[in-house]
Amino acid sequence: MSSGEAAAPGSGRDGLAHVVLWAGIAITAFPLYVALVASSLTPQAIAQAPMSLLPGPELYANYRDVLVKGLSGSYLSPPVWRMLWNSLVMAVTITAGKISISILSAYAIVFFRFPGRMLCFWLIFLTLMLPVEVRILPTYEVVTKLGLINTMTGLTIPLIASATGTLLFRQFFLTIPDELVEAARIDGAGPLRFFKDVVVPLSATNIAALAVILFIYGWNQYLWPLLITTDNRLDTIVVGIKKMIGTGDAATDWNLVMATTVLAVLPPALVVVLMRRWFVKGLVDSEK
Amino acid sequence: MERKAIFPQRGLPYLLLAPQLAITLVFFFWPGGQALYMSVLEQDAFGGTLNFVGLDNFRHLFADPAYRDVLWRTAYFSIAVVVLAMAPALLLAAMVDRVLKGATAYTVAMVVPYAIAPAVAGVLWLFMFNPSIGVLAFWLKALGLDWNPALNGNHAMLLVIMASAWKEVAYNFLFFLAGLQAIPKSLLEAAAIDGAEPLRRFWTIVFPLLSPTTFFLLVVGLVYAFFDTFGVISAVTEGGPATATETLVYKVYYDGVHALDLGSSAAQSVVLMLIVIALTIVQFRFVERRVHYS
Repeated sequence: MSSGEAAAPGSGRDGLAHVVLWAGIAITAFPLYVALVASSLTPQAIAQAPMSLLPGPELYANYRDVLVKGLSGSYLSPPVWRMLWNSLVMAVTITAGKISISILSAYAIVFFRFPGRMLCFWLIFLTLMLPVEVRILPTYEVVTKLGLINTMTGLTIPLIASATGTLLFRQFFLTIPDELVEAARIDGAGPLRFFKDVVVPLSATNIAALAVILFIYGWNQYLWPLLITTDNRLDTIVVGIKKMIGTGDAATDWNLVMATTVLAVLPPALVVVLMRRWFVKGLVDSEK
Repeated sequence: MERKAIFPQRGLPYLLLAPQLAITLVFFFWPGGQALYMSVLEQDAFGGTLNFVGLDNFRHLFADPAYRDVLWRTAYFSIAVVVLAMAPALLLAAMVDRVLKGATAYTVAMVVPYAIAPAVAGVLWLFMFNPSIGVLAFWLKALGLDWNPALNGNHAMLLVIMASAWKEVAYNFLFFLAGLQAIPKSLLEAAAIDGAEPLRRFWTIVFPLLSPTTFFLLVVGLVYAFFDTFGVISAVTEGGPATATETLVYKVYYDGVHALDLGSSAAQSVVLMLIVIALTIVQFRFVERRVHYS
């Protein structure tokens, strides 16, 4: 049903498509719009149901309050800038860590022959079958034994192993022409030199695409930080929002919670919109 | 598939693999093995010795009506999320594929929810449907519905399904759009010349050609609904009211972390492991086929 109508543009059929698409965008955007509006209102204006759907005057004050002071009440939150910082450190560490260790292991598996090579590959592959959700308690115990509870290391290092990156790089490395490897060997370049001067530069687009997906993955982590941290100072913004709403009753300062929510959505949303091409490539590649 | 040209070093590859293998063994296989091991043990009543009990933990688990309820609930929750996230995505992708102007702008607007954490998506919907202050809850009440997801299990279930599906439409949309754009236009033109109506063309030509994409998205969607919706449920309902929105993953978390029921939690982990293994095998078998026949 795509370009069959191309011969008759503006025949009215496109009109219907635009109407459907606008409806779709309205449903997609409405929850975000409501959050944005609520973040510009006073708590009283929100409590007075139904709240206005037009922006109010408190936008600056609300964002300043959450960023600098955080929330008070049953959950003494750190200031939201601190949560944003924690989320950023976590997302960047996971992204850089996953890419580094998976590109190295894929390089070993594709460009060398050694005893146990297939075993290593399968061990890495099998991690796909062991997401955090199926090993919650024992993983918690391991992290405790290693003294990594309530540390940024405990928050990030266990998450940087995964099969997806290794599989992706392996797939790509298999397409690097043999001639390149032979030429490098004739020139006397060792494997590390070849990795640095040829493989990494050739992988640049793959790395960028994977980085976009992994940044979003790292930023949006929830179960893991919930498990590993009890110290509020280490709260990421996603976990912080959950703690802010508590049981979700009306006593919540919804204007401040919604300001925090908008701040939590902004960085990953900007990454998706601004790096759209890499994002789509990363999405498609990482599912192969 | 193997490379012909390789490097001769024997020790170096182990060094390159060391970081990945170390993390994998310590944080994946050790705890994974622990979960398997704990699932066949039982702690005696005084919290002392561990006894081997074979498959007793599993027998108790499946004999427990509460667990069977959770299995069914997870099944219909997941199916609802998958269907609600796929049908609108297909419709929107088909519409973007046919418009001549603005396709890029529509796509950008549509994919933003992919970037939103499940827990945050949950909070956005919780706010709109909060019975005392929510904008949409207000209208539901104005229509005479006694809307209260904090007390009514069906309302709570509806809320977590909608929030979970809303977030996942973006992903399905992108894959459906890519699938639609890969269909040769000549095929559709030929059908149009033969006089097939647009809707008929869609069901007889486009939809069958999209079936690999649809199947793939079905599997990925099930994985999402089983595992990643933990954030939505934790943020919106915490499994409640009572256990109305408790899924398999939420229960394993609750029983392990809050109720500290180790044997049962380990057995539940193993059940989840089997589900992941089954879904992963299906996914990889399918991908292989797509590579071979396309």
